[in-house]
Amino acid sequence: MNLKPETLTRIDEVITHYPEKRSGTLPLLHLIQEDVGHISDKAIEWIAEKLEIEPINVFEVVTFYPMFRREPIGRRHIKVCRTLPCALAGGYKTCSKFEQEFNTHRGEVSPDGEVTVEFVECLASCGTAPVVLIDETLHENVTEAKAKEISDQIKAEAANRG
Amino acid sequence: MSDLTEKRIIFKHIDEAGYSNDIACYQKHGGYENLKKAVMLNPPDIRDEVKKSGLRGRGGAGFSCGLKWSFVDRKSGKPIYLIVNADESEPGTFKDRYIIHQDPHQLIEGTMISCFANDVKQAYIYIRGEFPEGARILEQAIQEARDAGFVGKNICGTEYTCDIFVHRGAGAYICGEETGLIESLEGKRANPRIKPPYFPAVLGLYQCPTIVNNVETLCHVKHIMDMGADEYLKIGTPNNTGTRIFCVSGHVKKPGYYEFACGQVTMGQLLNDVCGGPLEGRQFKAVIPGGSSAKILRFGEKFTIKNKDGTTKEWAVEDIPLDFDSLAAAGTMGGSGGVIVMDDSVNMVDALANINAFYAHESCGQCTPCREGSLWMKKISTRMVHGEARPEDGELIKNVADQIAGRTICAFGEACSWPTQSFVAKFGDEFKSYADAKKHKPADALELV
Amino acid sequence: MIQPAKLDLITVIIDGKEVAVPKGTNAIEAARLAGTDVPHYCYHPKLSVAGNCRMCLIELGMPMADRATREPIMDPETGKQKIGWIPRPQIGCATNVAPGMQIKTQSPMIKECREGVMEFLLINHPLDCPICDQAGECKLQEQATSYGRGYSRFIEQKNVKPKRTQLGPRVVLDDERCILCSRCVRFSQEVAKDDVLGFVDRGSYSTLTCFPGKELKNNYSLNTVDICPVGALTSTDFRFKMRVWFLKQINSIDTESSVGANTVVWSREGEIYRITPRRNDEVNDTWMADSGRLLYKQVQVDDRLKEVTCHGAASDLKTALAAAAEWAKAGDVAVVGSGRSSVEEQFLTKKIADKLGATTSLVARLGQGDKLLISEDRNPNTRGALVTGLIDQLPATELTDLASAIEGGKVKTVISVGEDLAAAGLTAEQISKVNVVYLGTHANPTTAHAGVVVPTLTVFEKSGSFINQQFRIQKFAKVVPGPRGAIDDLTVLDQLLMALGGDSVGGDVTGIWTTLAAEVSALATMTFRTIPQTGLLLDSTPWANLSFPEGETLHFKPALAEITV
Repeated sequence: MNLKPETLTRIDEVITHYPEKRSGTLPLLHLIQEDVGHISDKAIEWIAEKLEIEPINVFEVVTFYPMFRREPIGRRHIKVCRTLPCALAGGYKTCSKFEQEFNTHRGEVSPDGEVTVEFVECLASCGTAPVVLIDETLHENVTEAKAKEISDQIKAEAANRG
Repeated sequence: MSDLTEKRIIFKHIDEAGYSNDIACYQKHGGYENLKKAVMLNPPDIRDEVKKSGLRGRGGAGFSCGLKWSFVDRKSGKPIYLIVNADESEPGTFKDRYIIHQDPHQLIEGTMISCFANDVKQAYIYIRGEFPEGARILEQAIQEARDAGFVGKNICGTEYTCDIFVHRGAGAYICGEETGLIESLEGKRANPRIKPPYFPAVLGLYQCPTIVNNVETLCHVKHIMDMGADEYLKIGTPNNTGTRIFCVSGHVKKPGYYEFACGQVTMGQLLNDVCGGPLEGRQFKAVIPGGSSAKILRFGEKFTIKNKDGTTKEWAVEDIPLDFDSLAAAGTMGGSGGVIVMDDSVNMVDALANINAFYAHESCGQCTPCREGSLWMKKISTRMVHGEARPEDGELIKNVADQIAGRTICAFGEACSWPTQSFVAKFGDEFKSYADAKKHKPADALELV
Repeated sequence: MIQPAKLDLITVIIDGKEVAVPKGTNAIEAARLAGTDVPHYCYHPKLSVAGNCRMCLIELGMPMADRATREPIMDPETGKQKIGWIPRPQIGCATNVAPGMQIKTQSPMIKECREGVMEFLLINHPLDCPICDQAGECKLQEQATSYGRGYSRFIEQKNVKPKRTQLGPRVVLDDERCILCSRCVRFSQEVAKDDVLGFVDRGSYSTLTCFPGKELKNNYSLNTVDICPVGALTSTDFRFKMRVWFLKQINSIDTESSVGANTVVWSREGEIYRITPRRNDEVNDTWMADSGRLLYKQVQVDDRLKEVTCHGAASDLKTALAAAAEWAKAGDVAVVGSGRSSVEEQFLTKKIADKLGATTSLVARLGQGDKLLISEDRNPNTRGALVTGLIDQLPATELTDLASAIEGGKVKTVISVGEDLAAAGLTAEQISKVNVVYLGTHANPTTAHAGVVVPTLTVFEKSGSFINQQFRIQKFAKVVPGPRGAIDDLTVLDQLLMALGGDSVGGDVTGIWTTLAAEVSALATMTFRTIPQTGLLLDSTPWANLSFPEGETLHFKPALAEITV
């Protein structure tokens, strides 16, 4: 596993938060996903060894929690809320707009590799529906028009990166 | 004429100009004075005070906080844990988000007071994975509090030691269930435990006595410490004390958060007066008062409520005071305070399909009725919307829901069946005639599933 | 004989009937004691409680008493204490009954609960019965008859999951049939201590699997097939071979080691199809090792002995035994008995040895114990030889004494009851120096050399008893007839005894026991028929100072070794 030194330091530190090592499963999965981008079979074996548990124990957890990805995704992760309050405010239209803008389908990596658009369940900001979580930033009141704005911005940032 | 002014206690500083989430700002506003007060008292006295205050959990169940604390096994010799349930995932609810992001120290102080009151040496904040910034803010706030001597060793200069760690979830609604949360904290799939025998107060985290409390509930503890139980009792109504934060979403002019005393406003007042009423040209059709798990109310319904003296009164939806007991009397629940409003542009079959898809996705899959039933209901709902809708489908889906409620390991069974049961019970006509209605759906009708 | 421990009994009322059950019993077991079956899937008496199938829901009530005064609240109509019924049904498996508890296993609510759970289990279940091995012993089928709706209301698409995955060398997994009861996962964690199974994904898409690259291959993997209530986990060996309702079930004992796991051998028309464990709470619970299940394969192999030979040529029993008797009369006979022979056979062997004044020995088989159901002593009946007096010391793995005796010219004839002398350390040269009479089942270097060879029966073809490491005598019964030409060991031994001038003791199991009980003190007053199916503990004190090789296994702790100063 080629993890950054900071990741390894944080992993060792977080394990000390719990009297039982197995509790470190979720924190380690988060840290590794942040570092590498997704959770591979190798990562699962690495975590199992680190926490002195079986690979199946980690595998069960990875597949249970939707935030963990087994495959790499696009550069930017666009999560559109689909639950009732956001849907009532037009969440489905918002999601379609993102898909349109990047010529992609939900759950896939866009052809330019820039985004993965996904539906997620309630993001707990229903008062400002529809909401979209892009990487770690919450965008509120994302109408179709605003979705277009955000998409343009993402494309601009991608272009700047060269 | 009842008072429609918000009673901002928990949300006093939310979205306040100039208020920042660092400890300096918090202390400038009197922060941590109550913790300093608390550590000088006897823990059993603080527990009594909380029990006296009548504080009820704000996570959704509305169970007496003082009573929950009294169940803790203090004789086992095992360490007692306290877990802050910051997994806010009930659709329609968005109050804990603001506390965590904008006023984290209020939560930390309330947590520390509660820890002290229960002889807890180690607390965890289980925060949902979709609040990554919130997790960072909390960790920073905890570090500030540690540096200032309010968390960790020798709190406020006393012998009392207690630390808090933040633990991030990863996208499972079932982690909001207390035993599911505990399993998740232990590093496993969030499968709720069977009760008996795994009552958290006796066999919780690492099989030790554990208290799981909602974010808002713990903030209330701080304020009970501040004003005393007697004053707190004056807020709200008997058995429904304190304030509640209503998270209004859906088809109202002014969605958002509103803090009122329990029972201070009625549904009509909240939606019409406070939230500005329905959208232009629309009429209210239905409202879910306590997060999507709560049973739906149909505007136009009448409720016959028994008074204490045996007489009865009649309520329309607008008349229902928004406290736990009144909502329960109307056949629904106060729950987490997530008020989802639907107007006459919404087809109830579509709305239910959206909700059923949520529950099918979130079911942990452990026990038969919920696992199979929730997916079956989703499949029926989705087929009705996107495939063939038969007139008997409403009856069928309700029957399926009836076979789930009361038969499962945890309350998710009720959570996933109450929406279906209440939607079909109150809007059965729409289910029967849906095949027809679909043919006449306007082109710009909202897609809900 | 050891007396069973006294139990703490409490009274509960099941469906109106009072029944006394031991304290700590759960409601399903209590109902079973009352003669009622509570349907269930995930509950297993030897595994931890999961409580996830929800099939065992029952109604529970406790007698009502005033909270403050503790005074019982009486029902004026019946004059009895009022029962406070819990409005929600409770799962029986997780309910430890309390004194005075009321249980209803039949009621309109319970009927609805069961029909509901049944319907839910069937909606995603594939219609595989015609091709599923579990048919005929499938809990889902059985309970669908009692609690199924009879028709399906599910018109949606069923979930599709991996079918026929080779989970390990001996187990096949069909995920669509799996009802997620988690018995296999709990077994692997708690009993086999090989945490390799788990559920991935969530909700109704949950799927049983191993981590990619890992397998379910421990030596207890087939127990998951036994406990799987449906046909999700099936045995690779048994797959598609036979419908279970055609099979005859006969009780037997696993001969793999001195644990003596209780088994059931399933056969049809003289052919064995599989072996499964039989419940014995004192020996093996409901488990057995995979390796023990394969032992039936030895029955129909090419090197099976099928004809009596005398001086290398085909012969008949009378002639062969006459030749043996001739040699024996010359004296200097050594008898090699076997730890795999039954108690009855060992008794006869001893009689023969006594008649001839011959030395006796046994061949030990030692291996590593797995602390579960395979012990260090790989002979099932070493203790039978001790109890019958065939030997009085623990045997060695090699017949070194016999070898030196042969070298020293002190042995002229060796009678071996099922033991290959070459495997026991004798050289070809040594074997050629003596006359060998061999009674056994399979060809080996000794039979190639033996002057008299009499084919006998495997454990599956005869009846008898073994004494396991606990000094528990356990019976096994004949499952299939032996091959044409093979003769029952007791018949052969009895005839040999008579050929040597001894008195017959009756060439069948029941007959022999009259003499056995009379002459062997540990077995006094017993008859073969009255030995219970779960065996009988014998008094082991006469052999208490022998250092047996066995370590701890599931229901066995070795006696503390004597401390020598």
